[in-house]
Amino acid sequence: MTDTQAPAVLEPAPAPAAGGASASSRLLATLRRHPTAIAGAVVLAAMVIAAVLAPWLGTTDPLAVSPIRRLRPPGGEWWFGTDMLGRDVYSRVVYGARVSLAVGIAVALLSSVIGLTIGLVTGFLRWADAIVMRVMDGLMSIPSVLLAIALIALTKASLENVIVAITITEIPRVVRLVRGLVLTLREQPYVEAAVASGTRFVPILWRHILPNTLAPIIVQATYVCASAMITEAILSFIGAGTPPNIPSWGNIMAEARSLFQVAGYLVFFPGLFLAITVLSVNLLGDGMRDALDPRLARRM
Amino acid sequence: MLWYVVRRLLATIPVVGLVALFVFSLLYLSPGDPAVVIAGDYASEADIARIRAGLGLDQPYLVRFGRWLGALAHGDLGVSIFTGLPVSTLIAQRIEPTVALTVCTLVVSVAFAVPLGVLAAARAGGWIDRAVMSVSVLGFSLPVFVLAYLLVGLFSVQLEWLPVQGYRNLAEGFGPFLKHLVLPSAALGIVYMALIARITRASMLDVLAQDYVRTAHAKGLSTPAVLTGHALKNAAVPIATIIGIGIALLIGGVVVTETVFAIPGIGRLTVDAILRRDYPIIQGVTLLFSGVYVLVNLLVDLSYTLFDPRIRY
Repeated sequence: MTDTQAPAVLEPAPAPAAGGASASSRLLATLRRHPTAIAGAVVLAAMVIAAVLAPWLGTTDPLAVSPIRRLRPPGGEWWFGTDMLGRDVYSRVVYGARVSLAVGIAVALLSSVIGLTIGLVTGFLRWADAIVMRVMDGLMSIPSVLLAIALIALTKASLENVIVAITITEIPRVVRLVRGLVLTLREQPYVEAAVASGTRFVPILWRHILPNTLAPIIVQATYVCASAMITEAILSFIGAGTPPNIPSWGNIMAEARSLFQVAGYLVFFPGLFLAITVLSVNLLGDGMRDALDPRLARRM
Repeated sequence: MLWYVVRRLLATIPVVGLVALFVFSLLYLSPGDPAVVIAGDYASEADIARIRAGLGLDQPYLVRFGRWLGALAHGDLGVSIFTGLPVSTLIAQRIEPTVALTVCTLVVSVAFAVPLGVLAAARAGGWIDRAVMSVSVLGFSLPVFVLAYLLVGLFSVQLEWLPVQGYRNLAEGFGPFLKHLVLPSAALGIVYMALIARITRASMLDVLAQDYVRTAHAKGLSTPAVLTGHALKNAAVPIATIIGIGIALLIGGVVVTETVFAIPGIGRLTVDAILRRDYPIIQGVTLLFSGVYVLVNLLVDLSYTLFDPRIRY
C-alpha cells in the first residue's frame, strides 16, 4: 500500500532527543498547557479505579437474574435500571469497565512490544525487511474489524481470544511506525559511528535505536488502546466478542438491541461509559503527542 | 505511465496472494467437518468418507489451496454451510444496500470533510478550526453503533423525522431510498469525516507555509483562489491517500451499521454468518472486502498523477 498511515496513526517522524530528564519535564510542562489531556487522565484514572473496586461500589452480582424486576427504568434502587432479565444495569456497566480497560491496555502493551521487536529487527536486517513488510501489507489489506471477526470465528469466544485477535490487527501499524523510525535512525551519524567502531547488532539496537523509538511508541500505544476498546465493543456488539457471561459494554448494548425503543437506557449507559473512556484515552494521547513529538504536534 | 500501472498491478499480487492464503487457512482451520454436515444425521462412516473424498477434503493443504484458487478464478467462493446456497449468490443478493450505503457515505463524507479541513487550516486557531478539531476527536471516540443509537433516538424516536431502521431500494423511489440512508450514512461517516478533515487540515497547513502560497497572495489573488487553486491542489496527495486507507473504517463500520439499522446487506450477512459459524460466508466476505480495499488503494495510487504532474511513472 502507500506510506501514509491510518487513523490517529503516527507518521514516522525523526525521533526527538529523548533525554530522560528533559523529556519528562517537557511532558509535565506540556500536560499543564493541555487541560483536556489532564481531564482525560483524571477520567481514565477514575475509570480504572472503578473497574478495580467494582465489587465495593454499591454493585450487586452483575449476573444475578431476577425475572420479577425486569426492565425497571433508572432511578430508586436501580440507578441505571434493570435489563430484560432483571439484572442491575449499573452493576453490569461498572463490571463492564473491566473488560474494556483490560482489552485496551493488554492490546496496547502486547502490540507495542511485539510490533517494536519486529520493527526493530526488520528495520535493520534488509533481507528480513522485504518478507516481513509484505506479510504486514497483506494483514493490513484486510479491514481490521473483519480480520478480528475472522480470527475469532476460528476459536471460541473468550476474553483472551478477543485480546489476541485485536492485537494481531494492530501489530502491522506498530511495525510500520517502528520500521520507519529505524530506517531514519540508522542513517544517523552516531549509529554509523557505532557500526564503524564494531559495536555488535544487539547493543546498537538496545542502546542507540530503541531509546529513540520509545516516545512515538508510547503515543501510538494510547491510540492503539482507544482503537482496541472500540473494536472490542464492535465485536461484542455483533456477537463475535466477549461471551455473554462476562458483562462488557458491547454485549450489554447488543442484548438491548431489540429493546432500544422501549428501554433506551439499556443502550445509553454502556454507550456513554464507552464513549467517555475512549475519549479520555484519545485526549490523553493527543496531549502526550504534543509533549513527546513536537514535529507532529505542529501538524495535527 | 502504462509501465507504472503494470508494475503497480504486479506489486499487488503478493499482497492479494497473502490475503488469499490467509482467508483459505481460515476455512482450512475452521472447526467442524463440512462432509459430516453435508452427509446429514443418518450417514455412515463410509458415506462421510466418500463425500470427503468427493469434495477433495482428504487432500493435503497445498493441493486444496490450489483447487480453491482455481475455483476462485471462476468466481466460485464455495457453498454456505447453513443455507446450502453458493456464497457468490448470497453476496450478489445482498450487495446493493451495502454499495448504496458505502458510496453515499463516501461521497457525503468527502464533500463535507475536505472543505471543513481547508477552512480549519485557513483560519488555524480560529473557531472553525477548534470546532472541527473537537468534533473530530469526538468522532474518533464514538463507536459507530453508539452514534447510530444517539441519532435514531433523536431523529427517529423523538422528532420522528426519519425512519428508525430498514432499507428501501432505488426501485421503490428515490425519496424513501434516500430517507432510509440518511441516518446510517451519518453514523457511519463521522469517523471517516473526522479522519479526512484532520489530514486535510494538516496537509493544508504544510502547503500554506510554502513560498509559492505567499507569492500567490502577494500578486493579489483572492484567498479562495489561493486556497483551492494553489494550496488544495498541492495538498491533495495525502488527502487522497487517507480517503483510500479510510475505506477500511467504512468497511468495518458497515457491518455494525447494517446491524443497527436492519439493512439487509453484506454486513448483516456477515453477522448472521458469525452467529451460525458459517465459515464459507465469512471467508467470502473477507476476501471480497479485502479485494475492494486493495483495488481502491491501487486506484488512489494511480490518481496521484492527476493531482501532481511531477509524479511521473
